[in-house]
Amino acid sequence: MAYDKRTDGRDWGEVRPMEAKAGIIKRAHGSGWFKIGNTEAFAAVYGPREMFPRFQQNPEKGVLRVHYNMMPFSSAGDRIRPGPSRRSKEISHVAQKALLPVMDLSEFANSVVDVFIELPQTDAGTRCAGICAASIALADAGIPMKDMVCAISAGKVEDKMLVDLNYDEDSHEIGVDIPIAMMHNSKQITLMQMDGVISKEHVKEAVGYVNKACDQIYDVMKAALKDKFKTAEGGSQ
Amino acid sequence: MNEELHKEIISLLGKGTRLDGRKADQYRKVRVETGVSRNAEGSASVWIGDTQVTAGVKLEVIKPYPDQPDDGSMMVNVELYPLSSPDFETGPPDILAIELARITDRAIRESKTLDTKKLCIESGEKAWMVIIDVCTMNDAGNLFDAIYLAAMAAMKDAVFPTLEDGVVDYKHKTTEKLPLAKTPVSVTVFKYGNHLIVDPTDTEQKVYDARLTVGVLEDGQLCSMQKGGEEPISEDEVFKMIDMAQVASQELRKNI
Repeated sequence: MAYDKRTDGRDWGEVRPMEAKAGIIKRAHGSGWFKIGNTEAFAAVYGPREMFPRFQQNPEKGVLRVHYNMMPFSSAGDRIRPGPSRRSKEISHVAQKALLPVMDLSEFANSVVDVFIELPQTDAGTRCAGICAASIALADAGIPMKDMVCAISAGKVEDKMLVDLNYDEDSHEIGVDIPIAMMHNSKQITLMQMDGVISKEHVKEAVGYVNKACDQIYDVMKAALKDKFKTAEGGSQ
Repeated sequence: MNEELHKEIISLLGKGTRLDGRKADQYRKVRVETGVSRNAEGSASVWIGDTQVTAGVKLEVIKPYPDQPDDGSMMVNVELYPLSSPDFETGPPDILAIELARITDRAIRESKTLDTKKLCIESGEKAWMVIIDVCTMNDAGNLFDAIYLAAMAAMKDAVFPTLEDGVVDYKHKTTEKLPLAKTPVSVTVFKYGNHLIVDPTDTEQKVYDARLTVGVLEDGQLCSMQKGGEEPISEDEVFKMIDMAQVASQELRKNI
């Protein structure tokens, strides 16, 4: 049976509904919340603060650390055992690399900026949602950045190219998932992964979808940050 | 310990107030929202002031323990996320996380809140295991009571998934609720000098002398206690603390 209609009724190039907030975790120096469809990510930034263990300190500039985690009850299947897994460690690693190019940590020698990403509810696209939440959190924390990082997946289900795969599409037998993170202004790519079999032309199409979705994501993130500072002004009146 | 802060808190309590202007027996605003994670069998977020914790219930089919072939089982786990406080670190659960999880676990278990006989699917072969994970999202003090309340709210929200030929279909939930017989809630009373308070902020919680967590059932009976902190408490204080817990528990229970 051909995949001629998306399980949730969206158009092929249509992103799931997005929502975002900034500054929702009061103890953190900066925080962000990003929801896309039924995937929901919280991110908190702590730092710049003193780096421990000390041997990991960099006397030249600050270090960015990213910790990605799915909450134990967040998945559609079995409970996820708490603690780091091979998967979460790899995602933490690539998410760190996705965010680093926009950061200017030159003023923070020997310090660390910690980003913690937690997902209470998932429906595919968790690393991308996590990166978006982290982008908001870093901006909210006032860490110098030259751009915002927007992330979303594109891919292929059977013979159809589409953007923002949900869980059914991501786990489809003949499916290809390509999570991509992109700097909003320069459109440079900071994360790209893929699993499945696909032609170069189709990858090009997928990147095109992401490029377009990137602007939509940016608008949502910007609105969240503006809203927070608007709220803060309102509070001080 | 920050002696100045400790002194200031005691001096304020002597004048009948606290750092944020509350009375000794006054909670911050409490809010509970259920169904916050659609993949969990049950879930709830609890806010006490700026403190936020989120709890989720997952149900798994296990083989019953040999000495209790007709009982299902339960477990409470607490995750103190470094996302929620600069004081929490990554790595295996530290002693605070273990203590919080065990206080909550014991209270639910020993009060027979959950009717584990009703969790049996096939004697000696199959039974439900209820796993409650409570995760901290923002620690602005009094995680004790927030965690307990979130665990109970998530259990009340939970429904069984579909079970077909012994295989769980998590995508299709039933409308059947967990067999809950009681609704315990916990109130932790903190001691500063000769004063007793409930619901400390994270600042207050840094410098307490002693604490007593009291689990209270609907009828006022007690279902768990745990003393903490470095200073002792007198017999008289224990009963004052229980009195405060019994009173406060009634208001707290209204939220779930």
